[in-house]
Amino acid sequence: MSSPPWQEALYDLLRANNVTQFAYVPDAGHKVLIDRSLADTDVHSIPLTTEEEGVAMCAGADLGGGRAVLLMQSSGVGNVINMLSLTKGGKFPLLTLVSMRGEFGEGNPWQFPMGQAVEPVLKAMGVIVLRAERPEDVVPMVTAAITMAYQCAEQVAVLLTQRLIGAKKF
Amino acid sequence: MAKLNKLQTATLPDPVLDRRQAVPALIENHKDFLMVAGLAGTAWELSALTEESPSLFGLGGAMGAAPMMGLGLALAQPKRRVLVATGDGELLMNIGALATIALQNPPNLTIICVDNGHYGETGNQDSHTGLGVRLDLIAAGSGFPVVHVINTEADLAEGRRLLRESHGLTFILLRVKEGPATHTGKKNLVPHIERDRFRKHLLG
Repeated sequence: MSSPPWQEALYDLLRANNVTQFAYVPDAGHKVLIDRSLADTDVHSIPLTTEEEGVAMCAGADLGGGRAVLLMQSSGVGNVINMLSLTKGGKFPLLTLVSMRGEFGEGNPWQFPMGQAVEPVLKAMGVIVLRAERPEDVVPMVTAAITMAYQCAEQVAVLLTQRLIGAKKF
Repeated sequence: MAKLNKLQTATLPDPVLDRRQAVPALIENHKDFLMVAGLAGTAWELSALTEESPSLFGLGGAMGAAPMMGLGLALAQPKRRVLVATGDGELLMNIGALATIALQNPPNLTIICVDNGHYGETGNQDSHTGLGVRLDLIAAGSGFPVVHVINTEADLAEGRRLLRESHGLTFILLRVKEGPATHTGKKNLVPHIERDRFRKHLLG
């Protein structure tokens, strides 16, 4: 099965914008980004044990003049809440791409509580939330998020919705 | 019975060093490093030691952030030596970060854990290390190629040498007695001011 072309374009977009630290807890929705980061000798591909590690890492990268992105599933959003004190209080740029579960067409009941809480929880911590619903949304939306995060030191999450990536089959 | 007993596997000697002398004796010339310090004790004492150096980012919250901030910084600045100083409680909160950092293995990063075995800011409750959990073994098991434990003054010299000459990712466990960290009491740590100051000094 070939990957959706937007996923390849998304990796190219991040690299063209000098993102060199890719931090993630693995998720099927991020498979292409993870695999390409592992194959790219010019970047650091950084598997995390929990998503909050990635928020702190993004802040550290910024201190050193580097650019990082945090890839996580919606369930991981619940793991990062207090760590967002660092990026909000420090006015650190934060770009995170969240692959959504627990919404459109979800077949696993365990995914709903956190999936449905993603937007209010992120917004409560001052993170700007953008939702990509269609393949043609992804590149312009992440382009916008890159500008907001790295130029204006905002914290921005782009939700790769279940409508976009497809509900996992059970 | 609610009392917590010391682990029967606890094998390290009782700590004898005073952090107010041991931390400056270990770090010596701070100008060699880019530094991140974990909340409370280590942030205050590095702030005092460095006279609020612009090359120090000290945390007053976001517990558990310091080691991973050090990783992001070390990867972004591979030609500089990066030093993370943090307490046992801060390190324990994100203990998985040791595994994440060891997989990346940045040779320019050293993590110093100033281990007093207690939560000094919250009523001096025993921490897990005070009850016998071995952070040095966890670091080694995570894959840190260089691990050094400082129990006494005699162990400080090797720690000083590793800080400057180690050719690999290094973990230093500095074991200290209970008691206050050096605190000049001058001001709060304001994170966005620290960020701007750090970046301006490093990046221009």
